[in-house]
Amino acid sequence: MELFEQLLQYILSGLSTGAIYSLIGLGFAIIYNSTSIINFAQGEFVMLGGMLTLFFHITLGLSLPLSIILAIVVTTAVGALFERLAISPLKDAEPIILVIITIGGSILIRGVAMLLWGKDTHALPMFSGNEPIILMGAVMMPQNLWIFGITLIIITANRLFFHHSINGKAMRACSFNRIASRLVGIDVKRMMLFSFVISAAMGAAAGIIIAPLTMTSYDVGVMLGLKGFCAAIIGGMSGGMGTVAGGLIVGVLESLGAGLISSGYKDAIAFIILLVILLIRPQGLFGKGEAERV
Amino acid sequence: MLKIESITKIFGGLKALQGVSFSIAAGEITGIIGPNGAGKTTLFNIVTGIYDPTSGKVYYGGKDITGFAPEKLARLGMVRTFQGIELFGQMTVLENVMVGLHTKSQSGIIVSALKLPGHLREERHIRERAISWLEFAGIAELAHMKAANLPFGKGRLLEIARAMAIEPQIILLDEPAAGLNSRETSDLAMLIKRIKDSGITVALVEHDMELVMGICSHIVVLNLGHKLAEGTPRQIQEDEKVIMAYLGEG
Amino acid sequence: MKFLEGSMKQELMKIFVFAVAVFTVPVFFKGGYIMNVLVFVGIYTILAVALNLLLGLAGQISLGQAAFFGLGAYISGVLTATHAANPWLAMVIAVIAVGIIAFVIGFPILKLKGHYLAMATLGMGIIVYIIFNETIDITGGPSGLPGIPNLSICGIIFNSDMKNYYLVWSFAIVTILLSINLSASRIGRALRAIHDSEVAARILGVNVRLLKAQIFTISGIFSALAGSLYAHTVQFISPASFGFNVSIELLTMVIIGGLGSIYGSFLGAAILTLLPELFRTFQDYDIVVYGIVLIVMTMFMPGGLVRGIPLLARSLLAKVKSGPPTERRV
Repeated sequence: MELFEQLLQYILSGLSTGAIYSLIGLGFAIIYNSTSIINFAQGEFVMLGGMLTLFFHITLGLSLPLSIILAIVVTTAVGALFERLAISPLKDAEPIILVIITIGGSILIRGVAMLLWGKDTHALPMFSGNEPIILMGAVMMPQNLWIFGITLIIITANRLFFHHSINGKAMRACSFNRIASRLVGIDVKRMMLFSFVISAAMGAAAGIIIAPLTMTSYDVGVMLGLKGFCAAIIGGMSGGMGTVAGGLIVGVLESLGAGLISSGYKDAIAFIILLVILLIRPQGLFGKGEAERV
Repeated sequence: MLKIESITKIFGGLKALQGVSFSIAAGEITGIIGPNGAGKTTLFNIVTGIYDPTSGKVYYGGKDITGFAPEKLARLGMVRTFQGIELFGQMTVLENVMVGLHTKSQSGIIVSALKLPGHLREERHIRERAISWLEFAGIAELAHMKAANLPFGKGRLLEIARAMAIEPQIILLDEPAAGLNSRETSDLAMLIKRIKDSGITVALVEHDMELVMGICSHIVVLNLGHKLAEGTPRQIQEDEKVIMAYLGEG
Repeated sequence: MKFLEGSMKQELMKIFVFAVAVFTVPVFFKGGYIMNVLVFVGIYTILAVALNLLLGLAGQISLGQAAFFGLGAYISGVLTATHAANPWLAMVIAVIAVGIIAFVIGFPILKLKGHYLAMATLGMGIIVYIIFNETIDITGGPSGLPGIPNLSICGIIFNSDMKNYYLVWSFAIVTILLSINLSASRIGRALRAIHDSEVAARILGVNVRLLKAQIFTISGIFSALAGSLYAHTVQFISPASFGFNVSIELLTMVIIGGLGSIYGSFLGAAILTLLPELFRTFQDYDIVVYGIVLIVMTMFMPGGLVRGIPLLARSLLAKVKSGPPTERRV
């Protein structure tokens, strides 16, 4: 019975962080599908969500809900600015150039955060108190429920947008064929901007809901970004349920590994999964293969 | 020399090629024509190892080379050019051809890093050979120009000179006349004839009918993934099915 | 032919002048703190050149170079500090071991391209970093590994900044020479071909997979060499020196200097190592500066300083020569 409870604990906690990875992974996929770029700075949007909320709530004393909204707005603005200034002018450059630019962007955002807020880690207060909930012997915080709930809402909204709205379908069209999209009147540049805006907002939201549980600081973006990328890769960059599954898989495996094998290597687990997938099945577990076109 | 046997290629839901079979005779110029979407470039990509066929085989000099990697085919004497020329843009015209001589030279990493005498001798030799290939293609005066700055027509010639540098037995040209004006096209025709005269087998995918009818001794017609007809230029011009395929698609 | 020998003579002259400059610099500084910094410039030059061979020449992005740097340092460090091995022997073992590891990893990982390769190498770098931190019994973990002995030859112990300067820079100059030779050779051309059009290189018979793995290995070997030198000059190593921000710093150095320019890598290494020292008070700003530099250089001066400055100078000169703009004709 002890083992069962322990396992359940690990799995639940893994699903919780996994939900966050899914959101971050979706952010990667959305930008990739509209622009063919992997946004290295995605993790920094996540970091900004948590850190900005902290700033507005603790330093400026604003209420938590207002701080959250402002944090998302500011992060979205940062994302839009980044796209306009650094990405859009170079969208036809070699992949290496774009990789380096997004790396530069991520470093810049991280550096500014460090200058503004220092290197300390901070805790955001829980959304609805610290009373733990016991579920079948496993301990959950109310924050976990917030995470599941909000993730579900975001994923549903995501799906509705991309499959049932004109703008969403237009963005998906851009990912399949940029030139054809322009020919039918889709403003590709705006779609690219939208993709950054949506991903930044989602990233910020992910950072905010996890911050009360895992502390936040100026450099959480790197790890979270990579793990979210892992989720996106498992899902084949499709941006759909595959990415969500990918995030959950990474989260649960990480949690089980840390609990059952060794906690020091916890972070390494996600990266080992990443390397294995990239080397053996780069199109993801749920993605379709692409024939190389000459 | 090259035998294509029942090649079928299916991409997802699309049947690009279905049961295509024909042979290319040694020392001749064979043309592969057909309306757009007929599967010509796909066929080339399969023969030259860039795609694997879904089924079927390719024989080269009697040997089964189906699915062989392009690098391996190069060492067996097969080379190709690309529809949208794939030059090494950041390198000079001369250096592009020198890469073509990669398989004709041996200096490895250690010899190169230490610049041993054998390496220097080989470099000199590579450079001389490369220049003579540029002369063969008629672009020797552009040797030190950056490849990315070449006018399109010269770029085509460079790609051919580079391909010739591996001293192939067969060269496959993918729409070599695309984007060339009529003067450039007739220069191209003469170059291709010079290649054939030196004993090399040529296969080309083309849309330019004048060029094809003018230099090919054998023509294969593809349409919608099937082989439609095969024969001499005369026979093809008079073949009803071919006429229908071209007229009917207007 | 004359042309070939001429350019080779030019290259030899360049490196000779460079070597002379490097070896006479200490005369002007006569010891002092700057020598310590210049030793690091030497080590980072080797690392930047190693990355440039991979990124500038072959066009393969690697964000995990710090892993090979660290492995070289730790293998040398552990063998000499914990097992009292001969430092030169340890260095040879470190370099060979890392070479093998690099080849084994390189072969599969270089099937990936662009973003995916960047992420995979980043992941590899972080995994190695975590291993350094967790294998406390061997590496000492986050508190580091102290007591690494200096190198010595024939009774001369390299235990001062001055002596280490000559030691490290001798290796650096050899690395630069070998890299320049490689770059201007058949192998260098093949690598640049892979960079420009992998498919065209393949149909010309270049064994792309093998060559990529080989250059990855060479890059790893040079990085491990730098690591070993680092361990023996600083005599204390900890995982913090081999984290992924070091990989990013190296990337910035290569970009500043210019992709594909070997001397540019020295310039980038020098600038990024010296500047923080000169502006000590602005130390916290370094991350921001790297970010801005990467973005600005990539957007406006993609050839790096080595090409950008002459280009800028030439265009300024042209403007000066032509004088005020003349009337436009319609």
